[in-house]
Amino acid sequence: MINPSPDRPASSAELADLAVRARSIRKACLESIAALGVGHVGGSMSVVEALAVLYFRHLRLDSGDPKNPDRDRFVLSKGHAGPALYAALAEKGYLPREMLGTLNKGGTSLPSHADRLRTPGVDMSTGSLGQGFSAACGIALGLRMDGPRADGTVRRCWTVIGDGESDEGQVWEAAAFAAHYRLSNLVAFTDANRFQIDGSTESVMHLRDLAAKWDAFGWRTFRVDGHDLGALDRTILAACSPDPEADAEGRGRPAMIVLDTVKAKGVPALEGKAESHNAPFGPADLEAALEAMDKEAPRG
Amino acid sequence: MADREMRAVYAQTLTTLAASDRRICVVEADLARATGTGPFAKAYPDRFFNVGVAEANLVGVASGLSAAGKRPFAATFACFASRRAYDQFFLSANYAGLEVVLVGTDPGVTAAFNGGTHMPLEDLALMRAVPGLAIVEPADPVSLEAAVRLALDRKGCTYLRLQRKPAPEIYGPGETFKFGKAKLLRPGKDVVLAALGALMVGEARKAAESLAAEGIDAAVLDVFTLAPLDRAAVLDLARRTGRIVTCENHRVTGGLGSAVAELLAEEGVPARLARIGAGADEFGEVGTQDWLAERFRLTAPHIAAAARKLVKGV
Repeated sequence: MINPSPDRPASSAELADLAVRARSIRKACLESIAALGVGHVGGSMSVVEALAVLYFRHLRLDSGDPKNPDRDRFVLSKGHAGPALYAALAEKGYLPREMLGTLNKGGTSLPSHADRLRTPGVDMSTGSLGQGFSAACGIALGLRMDGPRADGTVRRCWTVIGDGESDEGQVWEAAAFAAHYRLSNLVAFTDANRFQIDGSTESVMHLRDLAAKWDAFGWRTFRVDGHDLGALDRTILAACSPDPEADAEGRGRPAMIVLDTVKAKGVPALEGKAESHNAPFGPADLEAALEAMDKEAPRG
Repeated sequence: MADREMRAVYAQTLTTLAASDRRICVVEADLARATGTGPFAKAYPDRFFNVGVAEANLVGVASGLSAAGKRPFAATFACFASRRAYDQFFLSANYAGLEVVLVGTDPGVTAAFNGGTHMPLEDLALMRAVPGLAIVEPADPVSLEAAVRLALDRKGCTYLRLQRKPAPEIYGPGETFKFGKAKLLRPGKDVVLAALGALMVGEARKAAESLAAEGIDAAVLDVFTLAPLDRAAVLDLARRTGRIVTCENHRVTGGLGSAVAELLAEEGVPARLARIGAGADEFGEVGTQDWLAERFRLTAPHIAAAARKLVKGV
């Protein structure tokens, strides 16, 4: 069964549940990276809250039937955050949790970068930056060609790009395309964690005001604290609400939610550091991170 | 038989198929006028998308459409389809296991007045390096129509190398085609001319006629798909004649000539090989198609000379 989409902001009980989910995803993701000893810690940690709110509230999915044609689609265009996606998919029941320990090991179903042929619940193979975002536009277009679901609801495609990824020209080719074709069933996020491999986004390639750019490209643009579950939930609801600028056929602007995030959020030794992008991360690092998480909330 | 404009055959075939197959869509990158897909756009405006001058997004959007269950045919000049959007086609379409038909128009010297910047003499080499990709270059309108149908039904991606200009019909309406199956257009016992695409198959046939006049019996093979290559047909003819001339509107590196050389070497077939195509160190340039075909030694006299040399040693 595909879950219904929420029509009101999350209650405090629902937010508490989302917090537990986010914590569980963060922990499982770090455990999987620690089992290997190295991985994309930074960009995985910065999207954990967004994934929790999407998978446990807004994506319309059927984890018992990953290929259900009526499902929403999700494209992790910043494919290097695969470890966070796999932890979210395991939390959602797509994968056995033990599978997370196979991350990046030979023959695994969980490769560093997301792969639609290997992992249940993954809708698009990504990793060469900018490409997933174009594909998400094509998916949104294809879903719109199918018309609304039998219950009248919109088939949506959701996607997450990075702020470093936004250096790619293909992102802006797709940005123009989605606005031109009024893909209002596309909801995108920029994980603006302010770092890329070689340093801060300001120092490597300063893209200035991202939200202003998306607005100028004709997107319905929002900006929110990417670690604030309640604010995330309310912003997503707003992004999915009818667009006042929609045309007679109900086609409005695609939505871009710029997430202000902290790279390696929840891992104090790496938080806000460029070197967290793909970092050595072993059992001792894991233990330190879990201890820090315990200080914020008791270990569940 | 009559010449038919290849691009018109492409557009007409898609428009016809789209009537009964709602998955078919056409994606263009500001070259719809060149590809000639206007009739499709008119018949199915809701399945026709122009992404503007943005080839990376062309292939990305097509890949997304495929992921959503559609069957996209994305077209641009072959130089852009291969060199410019290669990573997108490699990963988003092929690595992702989707079904995208990428159409590269104006291959090789057919780019003519667009000149060296637009002259793809390496697209086949690039595409041959993509695992599992079918590469088809039809020799006439009838086989083009078949290629579109076969690509539509294929599990996996297809690169359709398409010269837009008119080409004479070689095959009758009842002819059947299969990817991986070459067509023997003319038997011959002295040498085989293995050619790819309308331009080169045409030149190879002319060369075979002139060779016949001087007593050399040349077979002509329409290769049809470079990948999968009809290994059995090539090996059989190479064994029987001991001499093979590959003919491609492409550089001699990485395309048909290379594929045949690999095959002969691996199978230990003692056949002599000559490769017709632009030189390994040559870029394209501008001119009429006829001037360029002569400039890059793609014409019937050059093919005949290469065959003669293999047969007679001079």
